[in-house]
Amino acid sequence: MADQKQIINDFCITFSTVNGSGSATANTTLMRALFRMGIPVSGKNIFPSNIQGQPTWYTLRLSKKGYLARVEKDDIIVAMNPATLAREASFLTEGGVLLVPDDFKVSELRSDITVYAMPVKKIIHEAEVSASLRDYIANMVYVGVVSWLLGIDLDLIRVALDFHFKSKQKAVEINFNVVKAAFDWAKENLQKKDPYRVETMNGVDGYIMSDGNTAAALGSIYGGVQLAAWYPITPATNLAESLNEYLPELRKDPETGKDTAVVIQAEDELAAIGMAIGAGWGGLRAMTSTSGPGLSLMSEYIGLAYFAEVPVVIWDVQRVGPSTGMPTRTAQGDVTMANFISHGDTQMILLIPGSINECFEFGWRSFDIAERLQTPVIVLSDLDFGMNQWVTPRFEYPDVPMDRGKILWEVDLDEKIKEWKGKWGRYLDVDGDGIPYRTLPGNQDQRSGYFARGTSHDEYAHYSEAPETWERVFGRISKKFVTALRFLPKPVLIENPGAKIGIISSGSADPAVVEARDLLLAQGIKTDYLRIRSIPFADEIDQFLQCHEQVFVVEINRDGQLLQLLTIKFPDQANKMVKTAHMDGLPLTAKWIFEQITAKKEA
Amino acid sequence: MDQSNGTPNLNKVGLSRNDYRGTSSTLCQGCGHNGIAAQIVAACYEMNLLPEKVVKFSGIGCSSKSPTYFLGRSFSFNGLHGRMPSLALGALFADHTLKGIGLSGDGDSASIGLGQFKHLVRRNLPMVYIVENNGVYGLTKGQFSATADRGLSMKKQGTNPYTPVDIAMEALVSNATFVARSFAGDPHQVRELLKAAIAHNGIAVLDIISPCVTFGNHEESVHSYSYGKEHEEPLHEISFVPARDEITVEDFEEGTTRDVTLHDGSQVILKKLEKDYDPTNRWQALHMLEDAQENNWLVTGLIFVDPEAPTMFDWYNMPDMPLNRMTEKQLRPAPETLQKINSLMF
Repeated sequence: MADQKQIINDFCITFSTVNGSGSATANTTLMRALFRMGIPVSGKNIFPSNIQGQPTWYTLRLSKKGYLARVEKDDIIVAMNPATLAREASFLTEGGVLLVPDDFKVSELRSDITVYAMPVKKIIHEAEVSASLRDYIANMVYVGVVSWLLGIDLDLIRVALDFHFKSKQKAVEINFNVVKAAFDWAKENLQKKDPYRVETMNGVDGYIMSDGNTAAALGSIYGGVQLAAWYPITPATNLAESLNEYLPELRKDPETGKDTAVVIQAEDELAAIGMAIGAGWGGLRAMTSTSGPGLSLMSEYIGLAYFAEVPVVIWDVQRVGPSTGMPTRTAQGDVTMANFISHGDTQMILLIPGSINECFEFGWRSFDIAERLQTPVIVLSDLDFGMNQWVTPRFEYPDVPMDRGKILWEVDLDEKIKEWKGKWGRYLDVDGDGIPYRTLPGNQDQRSGYFARGTSHDEYAHYSEAPETWERVFGRISKKFVTALRFLPKPVLIENPGAKIGIISSGSADPAVVEARDLLLAQGIKTDYLRIRSIPFADEIDQFLQCHEQVFVVEINRDGQLLQLLTIKFPDQANKMVKTAHMDGLPLTAKWIFEQITAKKEA
Repeated sequence: MDQSNGTPNLNKVGLSRNDYRGTSSTLCQGCGHNGIAAQIVAACYEMNLLPEKVVKFSGIGCSSKSPTYFLGRSFSFNGLHGRMPSLALGALFADHTLKGIGLSGDGDSASIGLGQFKHLVRRNLPMVYIVENNGVYGLTKGQFSATADRGLSMKKQGTNPYTPVDIAMEALVSNATFVARSFAGDPHQVRELLKAAIAHNGIAVLDIISPCVTFGNHEESVHSYSYGKEHEEPLHEISFVPARDEITVEDFEEGTTRDVTLHDGSQVILKKLEKDYDPTNRWQALHMLEDAQENNWLVTGLIFVDPEAPTMFDWYNMPDMPLNRMTEKQLRPAPETLQKINSLMF
């Protein structure tokens, strides 16, 4: 097919393997090589809640325009799992490519596709590796064949392997030799019959590769985290594990050699949040990381922190709920729970990062906000961000000094008490912004101590059941959430002059929205886009709603949770908001958003 | 102590007993918890603790109200039901030089909080952990707790069908490094055990039988004054001698005392009664508790102590400076390090 038009740096390739077969090494190696070629590429792992034996898929999307969202069809499929072969074939685009081991039966599959059979067993047999390693190494065969097929330089594969195996030469050699043998076999024996190719470009200058949980952990470290308490849960586990990985290098005091942060694996989420809140009360930058089921368990303690006014940061890396749901699939299903969490009237600060880079930024910024407002901050990430590898702009060093909020040590307390003419109470609103001053345990001034509690208290932290005291103190706490707007990240607005349709979205729905807007524009449909980054909602959101005729609220859940919160906050605008919510465990696609908006738009 | 000049007695840090008091109790008159609060005041005063160097914690229940009744100057956090251990753990990491005193009850630690209690114990977080144990839920007006005796009857509850949780036993099997049991009606022993617990570098669990005068003071109950008075079997008479004090053993006959030296050099002097009991032997401690259960004895005293066991703080590479005194300079890595991190992100 020499006359066929080539498709360069703009297609999707999926690797179908069996969980636990070591395919992650092969897949990320290819992703890294493509990244080194300067090609915008996103990798998504669709995996089962299982350690070994169940089918798993890894998709690489190459996009010269820089689109990072999932697409619904695959152009190329590498099928290493015979159990799912027929299903793979149904996901291929018209004229797509299927790579299979040469002992798979493919004759009854689709006739419109190109099939390449790979002699996996033969190459592995000739590779002279120990029997125990054969299954793991088998995936390197497709790395070699795909490299030949697409035109990936083997030197880049070696660089990627070198990185993966941290320069352990023996491991690098074993793997690379198989890649090379497969590449050479393909060059010798295959004839290229498909249009897909890669070429070097400058699409990722200034970018790095990271997952969101690593980014969040690193951001937290630069935010000065001092105590992280956690309990293992997918998909949040590697956030805490990344803290363990990076803290020893980044947070050992150079003078004393001592650690300035501790990570504690608690006995459950109830204890994890308790430790974090104890530490936050004690004046530490304290955090926990969890997912929906863990956040449910933390509910009671978060209410205590809200009412006793304790700063703490909680990362919720969302997965599909309710209940155990789909633990290894992504969702934005905890928005309303997080917003209203715990019994009684509560208010929460929610931060919603919309990129990996923002996971890093909110990692440090969340502590500033929590300490400034003396209240819990819940950061809503999700599995798609948390566990998948993304290309993202380099992490940027915090551009503002730490904000420790209103903390009074001995000297400060003495000065303030003089300034206030002796009137000092932990919960007095001296500045009129709803935020009182706090002292920390260890303060040696006799006037510093106070009795923190979840029971009703007055401005001096004394127990009180007086109706007017309750209402006064509780009303003052509410004031903090108005003050909060000065400290929260503003929404990001992208406008297209003349647009009558608005789109509101947040978090990991962003990449699909960005792409959908271009698809819509290609059809002559202009849209403005507002990406929400924090709750309580900023005034800009009200203005955005007011100046559009129809606003699609795009999110990854069943009931339209962001829309529900917007409706409560902006009831006058409720009629123009269109629920655009979808959740099946997979990241959103631009195609789905495009279809929803074209079907429901009025203008 | 010198009272000749008319000023109140001051301890070595220049404070009077009054400086250790809290607000007056809102618990029932005669409640065992009030007596314990008074002994905490006495112990802290006698141990020369600065109130600013103590942090109090509690959960929910009658017992958990009592931190208000002592050390009014100290920081305190009255948290959630059964979840005080995690709160205390996090807070004490903020400043590891502070002495934590936790006040809990049998509902708080043996029912809803049994898990957190045992996990705190196995981590050996240095703090005093007092369980004011009355076998009953007082604030909700009289239900059986998990430490209530099997077969005990109460008007609205009927008969308790379950075997009780033994706090001291649970602490021991979780490898507690200090376990004691006392009886609120024996103030001298409570005070001496509190002083030893304060000196101990590790988790110090004190199970103090503290009768509920309103709902649980039935004569047949282990948790009643009359039962305690009749059945208390002290393992030994206890005196606590702070570090660097001259040890005088004039009250103790030669050959009948046993000294346990705590981590800070202070000593607990145990005067032998009939039994030859070694509180540094965990197996013997468990055996003794089994025996006591079979014989219906309320055995009190220092049940077990291991003064040298590493604490949770020892397992972390903690700086001397309290973590909560650290500033941005110590907490935010330098800009160059981020360049390196970025270069490592492939």
